[in-house]
Amino acid sequence: MTVRSEIISQFQQVAEEHEKQLPPLADDLELFETGLDSLCFAIVVVRLEELLGVDPFTSSEEALFPVTFGEFVSLYEQAAG
Amino acid sequence: MLDGRGEELRDRSVLIMTNDQFTAAMALCELDGIARRIVLYPPDLAADHLASVMESAQVDALVSDRVSLGSGIPCIQSFMPSAERIVPQNSDRSAQVETEWILLTSGTAGMPKLVVHTLASLAGAMAGAAPAKGVVWSTFYDIRRYGGLQIFLRAVLTGTSFVMSSSTESTAEFLSRAAANGVTHISGTPSHWRGALMSGHIQLLRPECIRLSGEIADAGILRQLRSSFPAARVVHAFASTEAGVAFEVDDGLPGFSAGVLSGTPDVEMKIENQTLCIRSNRTARCYLGKNAAAVRDKDGFVNTGDVLALREGRYQFVGRRDGMINVGGLKVHPEEVEAVLNRHQEVQMSLVRTRKSPITGAIVVADVVLRARAENDGRDVHEIRNDILGFCRGMLPSHKVPAAINFVPALAVAESGKLIRSHA
Repeated sequence: MTVRSEIISQFQQVAEEHEKQLPPLADDLELFETGLDSLCFAIVVVRLEELLGVDPFTSSEEALFPVTFGEFVSLYEQAAG
Repeated sequence: MLDGRGEELRDRSVLIMTNDQFTAAMALCELDGIARRIVLYPPDLAADHLASVMESAQVDALVSDRVSLGSGIPCIQSFMPSAERIVPQNSDRSAQVETEWILLTSGTAGMPKLVVHTLASLAGAMAGAAPAKGVVWSTFYDIRRYGGLQIFLRAVLTGTSFVMSSSTESTAEFLSRAAANGVTHISGTPSHWRGALMSGHIQLLRPECIRLSGEIADAGILRQLRSSFPAARVVHAFASTEAGVAFEVDDGLPGFSAGVLSGTPDVEMKIENQTLCIRSNRTARCYLGKNAAAVRDKDGFVNTGDVLALREGRYQFVGRRDGMINVGGLKVHPEEVEAVLNRHQEVQMSLVRTRKSPITGAIVVADVVLRARAENDGRDVHEIRNDILGFCRGMLPSHKVPAAINFVPALAVAESGKLIRSHA
């Protein structure tokens, strides 16, 4: 599984667990438009660290939280690369 | 036991530091009323704390069965090697002093706290207890901890037999020995019991009474004990080293009915900021040492730090005030999440802990030990995880549901019998 497909799968799973409707995950979709709340993102980050072995937010102090889905994916791709 | 030299320890502050629990028990019997102070050093406490404990308690005599005490031990005025041989002691007991009993508990920064009791405060819950025929007590606790000392004193003061645990034995060996000696009453923490229930040797026991203390007795452990021992009375007690023994609950349910707060003889209780506070003649007197905090407030109440919630007319213990996890401003007690996890049929025991989150500050994760089942070695772990998470979502608000569940083979339990929690 690629980093991107892993991320998409986690977004979908967490959305399902929290009974949220997820729009199609396009790169320019802003994260707040996904319908996921901060708790959902916190859970996604924890689970991605388990799956990918990286947490780009705590491993770098400068990491800003991404605005779009595309930025979120590339942050992980860089960290996992 | 002290070869008739007990008299030399009169009015001294005596540290009892033995490998053998029975030797410590004999020294306690011999020195109460003779020594000014007896300090019970738990067997597992790191020796690096020894110097500060000795200074705080002004120790000037030592009873030990150890050949070497390690380096850096302060100079001592009287050293008393102890023997296992029991001889009648010759101390003059006509002028008894009220000996201080010092128990050590683990403080927050790893430094032990020295808690001052007397035999009267320790034995307060046993006042008027009649000698019990046919009873054989045992406990998973070491007698140098409050929970174990309670059982030891109960046995000594009511003249019943007592089977001690041993740090050199496995749980299975201890259970076999307890069963062989006909133990009828046995106490431990919920973590002790969860561990014991994982051992096949638990089936050897034929207890009349099972007692839990020291940690929250949740619905999961009470149900497991009831189904393993349908003939036994399962009692959970509220007690702590500082607050003493407060009350027992014997209706088989977690928590306690609201009437217990005002209806417990000899113990006054109140709830302040959702936390249980206790005043009785069984509480500790003070802490020893420089800059030691007060045990009691100005009205004589001990704040237990245990948070309660009133649910359907019954108080439930939800966790420790100092162990709370803050998930984006919402409070979570690890113990309330564990109580739900432990009710899941596949869960043997669990530990809920905090994890840093870049988004909510902290988030809840869980380590889970699954129940051993011969038939489902090929269990789909992924499926079980989803099932447990679904179970939690049905019973907890979303910020209390673990973000991740790790399956682990075992959880670390301290010598005190409590789950080891690291407050990150």
